[in-house]
Amino acid sequence: MVYEKRLDGRKFDELRPVEANVGVVKRAAGSAMFKIGKTIAIAAVYGPRELYPQVFQNPTNGVLRCNYNMMAFSGSGDRVRPGPSRRSKEISLVMEKALLPVVDLSGYAGTVVDVFVELVQTDAGTRCAGICAAAMALADAGIPMKDLVSSVAVGRVGGKIVLDLSKEEEDYEGHATDIATAFSTRMGQVTLLQMDGEVSREELKKALELAKSGCEKIKEIQVKALKAKYVGDLNE
Amino acid sequence: MSNIIREHLLELFSKDFRLDGRKFDQYRDIKVEYGISSRSAEGSARVKIGNTEVLAGVKLELGEPYSDNPDEGTIMVNVELLPLSNPEFESGPPGIEAVELSRVVDRAIREGKALNFKKLCITPKEQMWIVLIDIYPVNDAGNLFDAAALAALAALKDAKFPKIEDGKISYRESTGQKLPLEKLPLSCTVYKIGNYFLVDPVSEEELIVDARLTVGVLEDGTLCSLQKGGDFGLNPEEVDQMVDVAVKKTKELRKVL
Repeated sequence: MVYEKRLDGRKFDELRPVEANVGVVKRAAGSAMFKIGKTIAIAAVYGPRELYPQVFQNPTNGVLRCNYNMMAFSGSGDRVRPGPSRRSKEISLVMEKALLPVVDLSGYAGTVVDVFVELVQTDAGTRCAGICAAAMALADAGIPMKDLVSSVAVGRVGGKIVLDLSKEEEDYEGHATDIATAFSTRMGQVTLLQMDGEVSREELKKALELAKSGCEKIKEIQVKALKAKYVGDLNE
Repeated sequence: MSNIIREHLLELFSKDFRLDGRKFDQYRDIKVEYGISSRSAEGSARVKIGNTEVLAGVKLELGEPYSDNPDEGTIMVNVELLPLSNPEFESGPPGIEAVELSRVVDRAIREGKALNFKKLCITPKEQMWIVLIDIYPVNDAGNLFDAAALAALAALKDAKFPKIEDGKISYRESTGQKLPLEKLPLSCTVYKIGNYFLVDPVSEEELIVDARLTVGVLEDGTLCSLQKGGDFGLNPEEVDQMVDVAVKKTKELRKVL
């Protein structure tokens, strides 16, 4: 069946409603909340702090360490069992790699910057929301960065290339293609790229263009949220 | 380090002051928000006590009743001390602090008979509801005990049964029917530092606590759970004084739910 109209009525290049907030975890060096549609991610950054055991230290650079976790009640079906799973470990890894290209920890040898990402509610695009929140939290923590990282999923649903798939679209006719991406828009680099499903090379090109334009919109929202916190601080 | 804090705080206390200017028996502002994960959880809530923030969610599952209580459902309470919420918390399996906190929250709900377990049984010996309560601190600025207990009750208050279809839960469809929450056993933890009793400590005060007593109290003033913590003992008169504070304060807490 041809996908003429999106299940939730959005345009094919339209994001779900996005909300972002900085400074949501007071004890952390930096923190942020990123909500896209019904997916809600919170990120908190601690560090740079000394890394133990010492064998994990890098003598020339600080280490970036990400941890992705879904709260037990945040899944769409049964309770999610607490503790790391193969899925959450892989997501933690790709989040780390998505953020590393913009983070400069050369001045922090022997230390670790911990990024904890918690999902409060999930409805597709959790790793992307997590990366958006994490990038803002790193910036809030004052970690030297070359750019923010913005992240969104694109995909093919019923033959159409669409931006920011919802859960219903991921499940559409049982064979939607889901491509998770992250961009440093300033450096013009893709820092996360994962795909489940089939596309042609032409479709992939089109999808990446769409993802980039989606990330540009997300970046505006991230920057606005960061500025809101610091302009607010100045006015106090 | 904690000796310096202790001396400083005790000097403040002697002048009837706390670090943030509160009275000894005064809580920080408490805010409760319901349905913070309504897409995923059958019930959810956020509790803020000052800068302390805790999320709680309720998931419902089906199970076979236990053989010693074949006509009752059951609950499970789990607290995870997220490293996101406090730089001292570490990743990994729950430590003893998380286990104690989970069990203290569980005890007040269970022994205070908050939920009617009989009404959580669908078919005796065959099928029951399991109420899974998961609690996560997002920012630990002190007094997780009371914040976690309050968040658990708030999430239970928010929770509704999902539909059952062909013996399975259809999580996307709610019946709109609330859980059999018949009582609200509220918890207040009273802390002893030197010769002073106080409630709702901030993190700095928690560092130097000698003893604490968590008291679960029902609406009519009946006590339904107790847990003493801390490295120092309490004499019976002190216990009585602390219970007195808890009974008074839980009356106030009752208004925020």
